[in-house]
Amino acid sequence: MAEVTYLEALRQGLWEEMERDPSVFILGEDVGAYGGAFKVTEGFTKRFGEERVIDTPISEAAIVGAAAGAAHMGMRPVAEMQFIDFISCAYDMLTNYVATARYRAGLATPIVVRGPCGGYVRGGPFHSQNPEAAFFHTPGLKIVYPATARDAKGLIKASIRDDDPVIYLEHKWLYRRIKEQLPEGEDLLTPIGEARVAREGKDLSIVTYGATVWKSLEAAEQLAKDDGLAVEVLDLRTLLPMDDTAIMRTVEKTNKVLIVHEDTRTGGVAGEIAARINEQAFAWLDGPIMRVTAHDVPLPYAPTLEDFVLPQTEDIVKAARWLAAY
Amino acid sequence: MASRAAPTAQSPPVPGGLTREQLLDIYRYLRLTRTLEERLVALYRQSKVIGGLFRSLGQEGESVASAYALDRGPNRDILSPLIRNLGSMLVMGAQPIQILRQYMAKAESPTRGRELNVHFNDLERGYLGQISHLGDMVPVMAGIALTFKLRGERRVGLVYIGDGATSTGTFHEGLNFAAVQRVPLVVIAEYNRWAYSTPPEKQFAVKDLAEKAKGYGIPGVTVDGNDVLAVYEATRSAVERARAGDGVHLIEVKTYRRKGHAEHDDQHYVPKDELDWWAKENDPVDRYAKRLRQSEWVEERELQAIDGQAKAEIDQATDACVDEPLPPGASALAGVYAGPPALPPHWYRSL
Repeated sequence: MAEVTYLEALRQGLWEEMERDPSVFILGEDVGAYGGAFKVTEGFTKRFGEERVIDTPISEAAIVGAAAGAAHMGMRPVAEMQFIDFISCAYDMLTNYVATARYRAGLATPIVVRGPCGGYVRGGPFHSQNPEAAFFHTPGLKIVYPATARDAKGLIKASIRDDDPVIYLEHKWLYRRIKEQLPEGEDLLTPIGEARVAREGKDLSIVTYGATVWKSLEAAEQLAKDDGLAVEVLDLRTLLPMDDTAIMRTVEKTNKVLIVHEDTRTGGVAGEIAARINEQAFAWLDGPIMRVTAHDVPLPYAPTLEDFVLPQTEDIVKAARWLAAY
Repeated sequence: MASRAAPTAQSPPVPGGLTREQLLDIYRYLRLTRTLEERLVALYRQSKVIGGLFRSLGQEGESVASAYALDRGPNRDILSPLIRNLGSMLVMGAQPIQILRQYMAKAESPTRGRELNVHFNDLERGYLGQISHLGDMVPVMAGIALTFKLRGERRVGLVYIGDGATSTGTFHEGLNFAAVQRVPLVVIAEYNRWAYSTPPEKQFAVKDLAEKAKGYGIPGVTVDGNDVLAVYEATRSAVERARAGDGVHLIEVKTYRRKGHAEHDDQHYVPKDELDWWAKENDPVDRYAKRLRQSEWVEERELQAIDGQAKAEIDQATDACVDEPLPPGASALAGVYAGPPALPPHWYRSL
């Protein structure tokens, strides 16, 4: 066992897949000799050469499109978006070309598009986004969003091996903040489509993913201490396809559910989760399904503004307390 | 008239390395394309074609000739055709019956009724159908050519782009990426004068599309797109250079779209005399046949035999599929992902 950060775990996963399978290659902006803006691919060029770690022009559509073409030919490209905010520049390529390829034309397109997401880092409107809702609506894509170092590694490896296109969202606030003991020399894989109970509880469930898993765990701890509440935290890990079974299991167990995400509210993933619970587990509910999310504004830069807009641990505590008392 | 651009590259005095059989083979693909499209018009008027019908009338020459310059056969060169490159797909081995089935949305069509017209692919035969978002195939073909380069395979990619689609961001991004990576890719830029109803002067401020090549640091030439042998020769030469590791090449083919954007479009925006001129004086099939006859490379009866065979082939293909069923509705739920094989229908369907 060795203690590794979330970022190092992701890096290890990429490295191991590059070692294992010669068809895996990386392309993106500054990923080569520079090692990527966050150093996820540091040392990769030295080990794997320029042909497998390709520095590209600032052209997200070309990065994703070229990855798709290579994937049709049997390659397993991993495309980096330097910040996930720029994935919108490849929106057409992902939603119209990549996502439909298997369905309309029987074309396998096993690509991974990954990049640093999320706020709490004072990044402002264009270096803090969570783009999941924009792609969640598109049949043909898969979306994973690890919260732990173990899943950062397990999900990148599973995404690379998956036969469909996967958007891998990694949270930059977790990059160096989260550390975990991981086994060495073991093929660590996290199955796509399976949620994880991050904390057991019986009084109320929090369904969440990404950085807010940690905010929710912090809130659960506080609620246990101050209110004697046993809060269950479900870390979705995969958003598409969504693990309905795990969601309904926790709803049936606690009968109250709070959905927490960092992304904005309207049209966000929480709305879909609420609808699914309503359709599949209505009879099990002892209270309304409630949401804690960012406010519906572009994410502002100033610490006071960002802190106000994004969901904080204290927001989750208050909301959970309200729902527990319902 | 500006659109009647004089050819800037002449046909070679002797067809570049082509045998008599190959010259006839090219004529066969030209005739097959035109005959198949004429049949599709008839089926469209009978409402058997479900969606729109897109003609390549007047520009079949550049489609067929450019594809003919590729290395064809299982797992050889790959091209990405546009809506008006039916001819290029036939050259690569697409069967007329597949195209008829596609247009009629038959269950047995290559996409099982999911996609329209020539939007289908067979990578082994060497064609990757477009999607409707113009320009997107340039980055995708850059990725395919990149794979050829990474694997050290001596294969080439070829992608068509219309004059209008050179205005897209994906065209720029894809071409620039391909040029930087020096991948073996040939771009056929089709100057056919109309992007739906928009003329080139409202689309870009250069005179010739070949000028755009300079901005990417790649060679660009302009060819008379209705001179079959000139297009063949220019493509063959670019393909050879791309195969040898000389990177991306752009060939602008000057041609003319003689029909509307699709069959529904009455072309009221097109000057009538211009259409007549292109039909009478610059039809690529007529020009090619005339050249073959005048040069005495082939005999008239051989061309006539090919015309008859093309009609018979299309008759046979039509008869074989026109009454086939459409796909069953529930088959729509299969194949979004590699697994599970199909989604369940919504709950109210079983009420």
